[in-house]
Amino acid sequence: MAGNTDPLSPRAKLAVTAGRAAAAASRAVGRGSGSVIGGKVALRLDPDLLARLAQHLDVVLVSATNGKTTTTRLIAEALRASGPVVSNALGANMPAGITSALAGGSDAKYGVIEVDEKYLAGVARDVTPKAIALLNLSRDQLDRAAETRMLAEKWREGLAGSKALVVANADDPLIVWAASSSANVVWVAAGQEWKDDAWSCPSCGGVMQRPGDDWFCGECGFRRPTPSWALSGDHVLDPHGSAWPIKLQLPGRANKANATTSAAVAAAFGVPPQVALERMYEVQAVAGRYDVVSFMDRELRLLLAKNPAGWLETFSLIDPPPTPVILSVNARGADGTDTSWLWDVDYTRLAGHPIFVIGDRKLDLAVRLEVAGLDFQVCENVDEAVRKAPPGRIEVIANYTAFQDLRRRVGN
Amino acid sequence: MSDNSLRLVWIYPDLLSTYGDQGNALVVERRARQRRLDVQRLDVRSDQQIPTSGDIYLIGGGEDRPQRLAAERLRRDGGLNRAVANGAIVFSVCAGYQILGHEFINDLGEREQGLGLLDVVSTRGEGERCVGDVLADIDPELNLPPLTGFENHQGVTHLGQTARPFAKVRFGKGNGVGDGYEGAWNDTVFGTYMHGPVMARNPHIADLLIKLALDVNALPPVNDHWYEALRQERIAAATQPA
Ligand SMILES: [Zn+2]
Repeated sequence: MAGNTDPLSPRAKLAVTAGRAAAAASRAVGRGSGSVIGGKVALRLDPDLLARLAQHLDVVLVSATNGKTTTTRLIAEALRASGPVVSNALGANMPAGITSALAGGSDAKYGVIEVDEKYLAGVARDVTPKAIALLNLSRDQLDRAAETRMLAEKWREGLAGSKALVVANADDPLIVWAASSSANVVWVAAGQEWKDDAWSCPSCGGVMQRPGDDWFCGECGFRRPTPSWALSGDHVLDPHGSAWPIKLQLPGRANKANATTSAAVAAAFGVPPQVALERMYEVQAVAGRYDVVSFMDRELRLLLAKNPAGWLETFSLIDPPPTPVILSVNARGADGTDTSWLWDVDYTRLAGHPIFVIGDRKLDLAVRLEVAGLDFQVCENVDEAVRKAPPGRIEVIANYTAFQDLRRRVGN
Repeated sequence: MSDNSLRLVWIYPDLLSTYGDQGNALVVERRARQRRLDVQRLDVRSDQQIPTSGDIYLIGGGEDRPQRLAAERLRRDGGLNRAVANGAIVFSVCAGYQILGHEFINDLGEREQGLGLLDVVSTRGEGERCVGDVLADIDPELNLPPLTGFENHQGVTHLGQTARPFAKVRFGKGNGVGDGYEGAWNDTVFGTYMHGPVMARNPHIADLLIKLALDVNALPPVNDHWYEALRQERIAAATQPA
């Protein structure tokens, strides 16, 4: 469908132009990419702009606690096989940022949009998406975000009337709870390493039983749906039972899961898995994540981990000991100001790695590692940590603002 | 408590382990092992029975619905009350603290019965949520250095006749009643709103529980370098709000 036959109304056009001007001004004074500020100006002039911009596009929404930026990128690459794509590739995922991204894609056929978890239901109402990909839900920034189950409940209510095809992870009970109000769901067995937010049945509160990869509630019968797509080792299994090899430059099991979901979304738009997966290979780094950079004559791989589930997935993809690891944690507004979550991360998985600790909250991390019985060194900054690290590529794992600090310092 | 072993029970990780409070179990376990105690740690899920033979029971914070489910299951189980009657030590945080009292307001907005192990009653505060670093002076009878923690709660807890305030707040909200008190305790049962987790910032509390369980007055010292560094940083943060 899509196409650009319906011209924007004069008011919407004016809003887009004003938004672009504000974005350009913001860039000119050196305040970042300008995408959010542009979107805010545009939304103020025309509150229906988001809906108007989207009506010319086949829209795919992507939401999750972890992996939404990467998956948005993978889906965008896959759909480019079928037509031009506009996307909020830099992760500006609230309504203003989304509006700004869509305003930049007047020739696009597809809009592939990452949406912050808290805004998914509203954005889904505004843009009438063709498909919605739901990856996982887990604890994140607890001192400011909604409770995880409440979030699933909001999604469930918001998606109940949607005509979108929902592509959802069958291995995350909270995602299944959120998605199963939708009429049209494709279940993907994408796996879920982190289980500690779904031991309690989202439907009745009963204790969840989780034998092997299966899960069910012993009390109300809520259970894992039968998936039609699956991640199996290094392959995507499609609904016909064909296995397609995943060859990603992005590391780790979680990204294979993201690729599997992306292939299922692409198939819904007529892009075959083989074509979709080949295109995904082109993605090297996503907004700096997974990027390998040179710094002080050393190679550093930059890894972002924002919450316990993210740290767990990251530990499973780093090179084995004796690869040195630098950990950096901040607790500024965007990170959540409570560092208690560090204790939900199993740092004993780093045993054997030389560990260097930096960031605003290095002392919280130091106590965490001391209690885990690990050897570590606390350093003032990344320069000192790199200087002290033994030879070899260094894995650097940081939470949100610590990651931004890091990218500024190492010149990426 | 038999000679050199310490039975540490972590209650309902499936419901009340949302805010990193399992760190309390990790710190108690670590500091007990550093004193060459043989620690048996038992994580009890909410579909399992609470053992009555534990020495120290820890219970953490959680979201509103899991809190109600935990209270229902703990009441039905009865094991924690029996353990306390046998002299066991209980340390509770936030949602767990409220559960140990007579009643609290549940996720449905109704009064939910607690376990009555602490003489406190919790309600939901009308004002802003209490969030941020806290500094408080612990009841002098417990002979502990100042309390540092991170609070994040809407609940307000009123102390009855037999509950003593655990600490008096210098910076932060604590129980939220306006009397400056934070937490509550009686002989062997403790409650606090402090996360952080609280033992990571106050390892002396972990030592206190171990001493109570062993019925000794002192423990061999351990290296507290990083704990002390963290304490100083967080105490400074609480006294100089952003
Ligand atoms: Zn159930």
